[in-house]
Amino acid sequence: MKRVATVSLAGCFGCHMSLLDIDERILELVKLVEFDRSPVNDLKKFKMRCDIGLVEGGCCNEENVHTLREFRKNCDVLVGVGQCAVMGGLPVMRNAIMHSSDPLRECLETAYFNSPYVYNPTNDIPNDPALPLILDKVYTCPEVVKMDYLIPGCPPSGDVLWQTLTALLNGKPSDLPGEIIRFD
Amino acid sequence: MNITTVVKQACSKFGNDRGRLIDILWEVQNNLGCIDEQAMNAIAAEVKVHRVEIEGVVSFYSFFSEKRKGKIIIRLCDDVIDINAGIEQVATVFSEELGIGIGQTSADGNFSLEYTACIGMSDQAPAALVNNVVITNITPASAKEITRTLKDTLDPSKLVTKVGDGNNAHTLVSAMVRNNIRKQGEVLLADGIPADAGLGNALKKTSPEVIQEIADSGLRGRGGAGFPTGEKFKLAQRTEADQRYVICNADEGEPGTFKDRVLLTERPSLIFEGMTIAAYAIGSTSGIMYLRAEYAYLRPFLESVLENRRQAGLLGKDICGKKGFCFDIRIQMGAGAYICGEESALISSCEGLRGEPKNRPPFPVERGYLSKPTIVNNVETFCCVARILDRGSNWFAGIGTKASRGTKLLSVCGDCARPGVYEVPYGLEVAELLDMVGAEDPAIVQVGGASGEMVGRSSFGRKICFSDVATGGAVMIFNSHRNVLAIVDHFLKFFADESCGYCTPCRVGIVFLRERMQKVMHGFAESADLDYLRDLSKTIMMTSRCGLGSSAPKAILNSMDQFPLVYSSHLREAKDGVQAGFNIQKALDESRRIAKRTSMIYDPVYGEKNE
Amino acid sequence: MSKTVVFKIDGVEIRGTSGQTIMEAADKAGIYIPRLCDVEGLDPQGSCRVCTVKVNGRTAASCTQPIADGIEVENETMEIRNFRRDLVRMLFHEGNHLCPCCEASGRCELQALAYRLGILQPDKYPYLQPVRPVDASHPDIMLDTNRCIRCGRCIRASRQLDHKNVFGYIGRGINKQVGVDGKDLAHTDVHIDDKAVALGTCPVGCIIQKRRGFFDAIGQRKFDLHPIGTKEKDS
Repeated sequence: MKRVATVSLAGCFGCHMSLLDIDERILELVKLVEFDRSPVNDLKKFKMRCDIGLVEGGCCNEENVHTLREFRKNCDVLVGVGQCAVMGGLPVMRNAIMHSSDPLRECLETAYFNSPYVYNPTNDIPNDPALPLILDKVYTCPEVVKMDYLIPGCPPSGDVLWQTLTALLNGKPSDLPGEIIRFD
Repeated sequence: MNITTVVKQACSKFGNDRGRLIDILWEVQNNLGCIDEQAMNAIAAEVKVHRVEIEGVVSFYSFFSEKRKGKIIIRLCDDVIDINAGIEQVATVFSEELGIGIGQTSADGNFSLEYTACIGMSDQAPAALVNNVVITNITPASAKEITRTLKDTLDPSKLVTKVGDGNNAHTLVSAMVRNNIRKQGEVLLADGIPADAGLGNALKKTSPEVIQEIADSGLRGRGGAGFPTGEKFKLAQRTEADQRYVICNADEGEPGTFKDRVLLTERPSLIFEGMTIAAYAIGSTSGIMYLRAEYAYLRPFLESVLENRRQAGLLGKDICGKKGFCFDIRIQMGAGAYICGEESALISSCEGLRGEPKNRPPFPVERGYLSKPTIVNNVETFCCVARILDRGSNWFAGIGTKASRGTKLLSVCGDCARPGVYEVPYGLEVAELLDMVGAEDPAIVQVGGASGEMVGRSSFGRKICFSDVATGGAVMIFNSHRNVLAIVDHFLKFFADESCGYCTPCRVGIVFLRERMQKVMHGFAESADLDYLRDLSKTIMMTSRCGLGSSAPKAILNSMDQFPLVYSSHLREAKDGVQAGFNIQKALDESRRIAKRTSMIYDPVYGEKNE
Repeated sequence: MSKTVVFKIDGVEIRGTSGQTIMEAADKAGIYIPRLCDVEGLDPQGSCRVCTVKVNGRTAASCTQPIADGIEVENETMEIRNFRRDLVRMLFHEGNHLCPCCEASGRCELQALAYRLGILQPDKYPYLQPVRPVDASHPDIMLDTNRCIRCGRCIRASRQLDHKNVFGYIGRGINKQVGVDGKDLAHTDVHIDDKAVALGTCPVGCIIQKRRGFFDAIGQRKFDLHPIGTKEKDS
């Protein structure tokens, strides 16, 4: 049995959903792996060292960074899954709209005050002490820790994830045929 | 004067000719202090081109500005020699005294302060341009004085209290620049070179005989590439055309080079004589000297030399009484772009375009300026041409080595007792040169400027010639206290600033090289990063469109080969798979400020589980 | 007078006519050389360098290099493939190419070339993440230069096909970008029917026709149906 941990950082859980797209092969997967820390079983802490870590999403706040580092520390092989982990994905769009000299404030004000679609009667930017601090910009996973593999796609298809996982579970490198790789 | 009048006058001065756009833009900027949107629209209307083309040209050259700059623009030279000589400390003084930062203009509109690439004064660094006035050997103390004078008089010419030697003292130059001629060879810097003897001899021969004489001498281009000059003339002469052009490349932009400055100051007639011989050889009636904007202080003097030659019948119609041989030269000013030293980019610039290299083939000798056959040669090459016609090819070929004939002007700067210009025969060992110039504890010698070759101590036995260490003339000497990584990083910054952006590998690749180089410098790199640098360098060198891209990575590769221990001592294998370059504290700073609280995870006072 | 020129690409004998570039001769012979800035109907520019080949051992851009008798051209070698991968990666990392939310995804030549060249791990280079403002001033056309790869196809199409001059390069170095002939797009004489803003002209998603995003279903888009370089004409 190999131990697998998964997490969604600044992502949309779409990549986790895609994992479920392997359909009936999930029965086979369950025979091969035991899930450690993962939203699948709602475990929030590592129980023990894992063979494989799957990371969805990039880093947009300090908690993402902390979690990603935890994953690096506790997983032998760390796989970035999906476009957000690889290059920031949709959240990274905020890096491209920050034109002013105070970009982060501009970003927050756009999100909470100035956007035409905002309903914010209290006129506050959320700032509860329990909220993790947002980073100055969105970082990709490989900018923060070393990643062993990156699987592009938004999301990567069930087939891509299945092929990646089965290869890694069998101790082989993830070597995907180019034809099934997509960036969208 | 309002904008429309200024623009109208400027455009009509150059015949509303789109090909003279650089001159028009200079004229407009000199009168308006900038070339703003309104001016661009007006120019576009006058010369009948689209505004975006004007904007394309204005935004290409670093001496043109869309934003209004101060009446006095102080441009501090930030090549690596000037940095080592203390330009940054000088910049701090200017900044404090004027109350503006680098890149800013003072509120009263009087002063702008900025950095600029090498201005060709590395032998008297730190140096700066104040409008067209050159200021050399600046110290923090003299910087204070300079600002005081400028504030009092608003007249940069008042800064010249003592003029330099030779023609620097000429009334039309009157610059504080010193020639620093340290060694006179027999070809170029010898005393008593007979005026126009070469031209006289040339006109007694037929054009093919002149070309043969040059070919026999073994003369190769002095700008750096070393193309056989006779061959170039032959190719241009052979191409069918109703007009051919002779262009002198006086865009001496390679950091650390200043030997053309000395030739322009002391041998202008010899240069024009060489150009005239070339015109006779290839059959041209029109020549251009492309003078870099940094040398604008020499322009009135050069124009007067041209005028004197016209008066003396050495330019114009029936030169020296030779019926039908007509030739004249105009001076084309550059506007701050290193890439224009590349011959096809230089031609683009002469045509009033963005200074981007052209696709080759066709080569300039086939289709050059205005699509006519054109030879572009370095200042020094034209001087050699005149001397060869004076003394004969055998005399010239007898100097130097078998594959590298003649002498070479070297501009020596950096950590040595006697920086300046040396005329030496080819084949000189680097070590001999270091002795000659009084190098102090030399560890690195950068021959050929930023795009040249880095020579370490173990290779000081190498020879300066085309087949070993080739050079356009720059020799920068660094002592053992200098940081080789900082030097390389500086060259990369220079190339990133000066890349024209035309092709992908040069535009993007150099930025990536520099990013990783900084990582190495800051101790965040691992050995894999060195492989990355080598790999990326190869792609850039192999796929770039012109010499800028293909030579930009040379400093990295040379230094990795010559100083592997410096690199390896900076490497740090990261533990726990964390990327050393990512700094969580820095990434959180803005957030802490905006949220007015500290981190639950990364600030020790509040968190329990600190990393 | 054109004469026949015989040369080789990867050992295969090709017959072209004098005056052709390597790219033109290869196209005629049905050999695909990857490219981005070059497109049929416009003068070659030689800027993206993706079409780099080796001619008698020296690298050259095949879109501008003329053919000559007896030359040996290397096109599909590992070395050349690696150069092309690096160049395509550079373009990807230079701009903001967010495929999941880009209107051009599936018909984007940059993306299609990345697939063809087998770029599976797009993290070799740092992302430069430019922050240039988007020009949405025009009622029908939008310009997001953060996605521009400086191929200049719009510039040449406007000049050579539309006989206008809507676009032009401005700036230099990494700041070189496509500018417009006016304050913004709305202040130019661009028209939605111009070839310069036609769908196939911009190889990426820099020039976008408004109200025409995501018009083909995933799986039915241009390069979903025919990966780039598998049909004679890709654009």
